[in-house]
Amino acid sequence: MITATISLNKDTLNVLREQDVVVFRNRVKEYAVKIKMGLVNQTKLITAASELVRNMLRYANGGQIIIEVVSRGRDNGIRLTFKDEGPGIPDIKLALTDGYSTGKSLGLGLPGTKRLVNEFDIKSEVGKGTRITIIKWANG
Amino acid sequence: MDKIPILRMGQFLLVTIQVDLYDRLALDLEADLVKMVSKTGARGILIDISAVSIVDSFMGRIIGNIGVMSKLLDAETVVVGMQPAVAITLVELGLPLKGVYTALNVEKGMDLLKNKIQLDEEEEIGPDDDNSNDLTE
Amino acid sequence: MAIEITKLFKKKQAVILERWMTNQLADERLREDLMSNEDLRAESEELITALVASLNESNIENPESGDFDHVIEILAGISISRARQGYSPRETGVFILSLKEALIEIAQEEVKDPKELNIANRKLNRLLDSFSIITFETFIKGREEVILRQTDEIAEISTPVIRVWDGILALPIIGTLDSARTQVVMESLLTEIVESGSSVAILDISGVPTVDSLVAQHLLKTVSATRLMGAECIISGIRPEIAQTIVHLGIDLSDIVTKASLASALQYAFRTLKIEVRKSAVKSAV
Repeated sequence: MITATISLNKDTLNVLREQDVVVFRNRVKEYAVKIKMGLVNQTKLITAASELVRNMLRYANGGQIIIEVVSRGRDNGIRLTFKDEGPGIPDIKLALTDGYSTGKSLGLGLPGTKRLVNEFDIKSEVGKGTRITIIKWANG
Repeated sequence: MDKIPILRMGQFLLVTIQVDLYDRLALDLEADLVKMVSKTGARGILIDISAVSIVDSFMGRIIGNIGVMSKLLDAETVVVGMQPAVAITLVELGLPLKGVYTALNVEKGMDLLKNKIQLDEEEEIGPDDDNSNDLTE
Repeated sequence: MAIEITKLFKKKQAVILERWMTNQLADERLREDLMSNEDLRAESEELITALVASLNESNIENPESGDFDHVIEILAGISISRARQGYSPRETGVFILSLKEALIEIAQEEVKDPKELNIANRKLNRLLDSFSIITFETFIKGREEVILRQTDEIAEISTPVIRVWDGILALPIIGTLDSARTQVVMESLLTEIVESGSSVAILDISGVPTVDSLVAQHLLKTVSATRLMGAECIISGIRPEIAQTIVHLGIDLSDIVTKASLASALQYAFRTLKIEVRKSAVKSAV
């Protein structure tokens, strides 16, 4: 699903506390502005990032996020990779179904997030952790 | 410690969110507002989110909670000034923001609240009020 | 040690340029209408100077070498500007291919040993072929940019938001509504709602050829977003056959106010805003 892309610029952040979320969001915003992403797409990307980082804090007590500028042909985009060493997701298909949630949230975390970005990839191993990669293209 | 100020104006409570909300701040606001409604007997809450650039499902849930909780205390909630990008994102995310009314700006939001409350009062008094033609569907 | 072909080129730079120009001018498809011969000469000279300056015996075998960055930059610039000026791919290709020809000709004249000549030829071919590929890539990129700009322009002009009345906006949609277009429609509509402080928006779909479930979903999203902002959204211009498809497809639009014509949508909007529109008293006009 994730197409051939070239990484141009990279940043790694550790998110362990709730307060780190605001810092992280601002960093994503800086990157998005740098590649001239439109306001609506910026908002979608940051909202998606916000959902994922919240999941990471809630279920895995935090983790690591990589922010990258990627390019595909003439289009630039932002790729975010969320890595945690939490409990993992036993049934990814179920987790991606609208209305499903184990936490107390509204249950639209993952499927909603997927709709906000252009590419969404999730790998998870129970007991080991989860790795989610999303890409939003500047013109996507 | 940051805190979002709640202003009281007659029977209404006004809140303007000027900063990016992190979770604790939002939860505190929810608790403070409900307490305030109960203490003051306010009939309406107006939340201005025109300075908020990101509303995720958590924030959405807090706003919805405020609406439902204050409804239990007989107060209506109206959210005003949502940015277009935020509205588009919320729709895509699938977040309907139930339990609250929305209005374009503070002025229209106040009108809406006054209307809702007047409607309520008329129902209590009876439909023979002179102003009732303003309120027909 | 064999003859160093790159040194040879440095010495013969002026000759190469002449040869190259001759080759280019000999082509009967030369676009003198798009560029004068002097400009062409200046362009060619810039490129050949950069190439000869950066070329040496070690990097001639490595087209990827960073030494060629400047050459590639010039080449890409020429290629993109040609794409915008309306050159055909062939005409652009001739530019770089005729340089290759000139270089090989010089090599042939100067290098006597057939074995060495063969090696030199192979190196030149590989290097210049790589440059040709870059030329084509950037040429296509230039064209794509033109297309992209036009697409943006079309998207922009095809979604005009009209202020029909104080507090009422109308947006006629013409053509198919896909998700990219929906985003543009939503964005311009919502922005205009904020700017004008309008509380009713009319989305007229008389110009939308078909409404399938995807289009309906896009319409629903636009309506929901408008409501989140605190305005009402009416959909008008529903033709009978569209009403039929909507029902046959089992699409639920019952949450939305729909009207057959823009006129009745406007009337509905007037009522919502408590505006009364009347004919003026005829008596006063004589």
